[in-house]
Amino acid sequence: MSSAPGRPIPLWLNAELTYRCPLHCVFCYNPTGYAQHTDELSTEEWCSVLRQARDLGAVQLGLSGGEPLLRDDLESLVGEARGLGYYVNLITSGVGLNEGRITRLKDAGLQHIQLSFQDSTRELNDFLSSTRTFELKQRVARLVKQHDYPMVMNVVLHRINIDHVSEILRMASALGADHLELANTQYYGWAFHNREHLLPDRAQVERAEQAVAEFRAQHEEMKIYFVVPDYHATRPKRCVNGWGTTFLNVTPDGVVLPCHEARMLPGLEFPSVRERELRWIWHQSPAFNRYRGDGWMREPCRSCPEKERDLGGCRCQAYLLTGDAANTDPVCDLSPEHQRVTGAVEAAAQGRRSLPLLFRSDENSRLLLQDSDGGRARDLHGGGGCPGG
Amino acid sequence: MSSAASDAGAPQRRLAFDQQLPLQLGKQFRLQWEPSQGCHVLLYPEGMVQLQGGAEEIMKRIDGKTTLLGLISALEAAFPGADLRDDVVEFAEIAHAKGWLITRAPAEL
Repeated sequence: MSSAPGRPIPLWLNAELTYRCPLHCVFCYNPTGYAQHTDELSTEEWCSVLRQARDLGAVQLGLSGGEPLLRDDLESLVGEARGLGYYVNLITSGVGLNEGRITRLKDAGLQHIQLSFQDSTRELNDFLSSTRTFELKQRVARLVKQHDYPMVMNVVLHRINIDHVSEILRMASALGADHLELANTQYYGWAFHNREHLLPDRAQVERAEQAVAEFRAQHEEMKIYFVVPDYHATRPKRCVNGWGTTFLNVTPDGVVLPCHEARMLPGLEFPSVRERELRWIWHQSPAFNRYRGDGWMREPCRSCPEKERDLGGCRCQAYLLTGDAANTDPVCDLSPEHQRVTGAVEAAAQGRRSLPLLFRSDENSRLLLQDSDGGRARDLHGGGGCPGG
Repeated sequence: MSSAASDAGAPQRRLAFDQQLPLQLGKQFRLQWEPSQGCHVLLYPEGMVQLQGGAEEIMKRIDGKTTLLGLISALEAAFPGADLRDDVVEFAEIAHAKGWLITRAPAEL
């Protein structure tokens, strides 16, 4: 999805309805300091966000979180969104989805459900999410099929589960998945905190790719997306199709961001829908204009023939790894700081771990907030600021 | 191709779907006019296609009742003098392969 040249249109609105979540996944990309943002937008405020974004041209709506099913008003929001003309996608762990709820959501106009799984085995699913949810998820998967939705599964891959890719593929097939997204972990939020535990070896990634290729050849009925792991690449990803071009994210407490993660960036003031109109925030606010286009680029991006292709990668990753969001994303091997990425991969491969694996929880979030800046960016990289906002 | 719709010299291709059956949008697809984009768009899970020109003219006539031959007639009536048959057939095949279009089973009629 991309806007035509000219005035950018936020075609995709991602509504993070809540940071609350029954799971405690170690690879979650929510901010580690989420526990300080408890003042969720009301139903009326969300309806206003939906109307304002629709007026700007938003047409795809992602309802995510946290776990969006924890919002009691989810059905009302789906109904409102459908009435406005959105295509409504629910991105869920499935916890809280039962016969009554899925029926009401479908009646309200929900068109798509993406269900996340942590692993193919009960032990690892339950360990990675720090809950007992594996069988529940299997039930929900059947419910999704019964209600005539395509079965779209998302499994986040990392060092601890990537060797189970063959089993994950078989599980997806047994559950009748139409699409399976194997998304290698992106290292933000909790995942960044736990990076030394989660980064896979190159050999693991290669074996996983091989397993996917073999499975694909035998199962044409299932579409499989293998999201290439950033840290093993030599060119960065074109993040959210370009800053402030296509994607609009609204956090549970109403802060408007150009991606899921930008809340962590220091020196940028992202306005809240409680203070300003969305139209002003999208078109006029200094934060949304900060990295639009390529005027902000430094070398090696500025003179790079590939700059239009990847737009210098991810601003948040540049900040997390180099301490400055205007630097080249160090995933790029032309970045003078590329060794920040290769060094992290090597350290993980050698099993050098300085911290225990930390589950996402309110308690741990508060602990990290007390720990002066809510994350490890400062300790590791000398950059200021706070991933938790 | 039925002989009624065949022009001399047109390739006698066998279609991947039954052209006697009405065409409808694939289950997960939704077509709508987007003023901000100035065109019809085809929406599907987490994605969107902008439809312009011929594709837009064809897709906006998909109503679950019209067959491929009906579609060709409707378009030739809307654009008199143009020989659209091959273009429409070609587009319908692509759209069918992508799942945008499906045939409506007789049991549903």
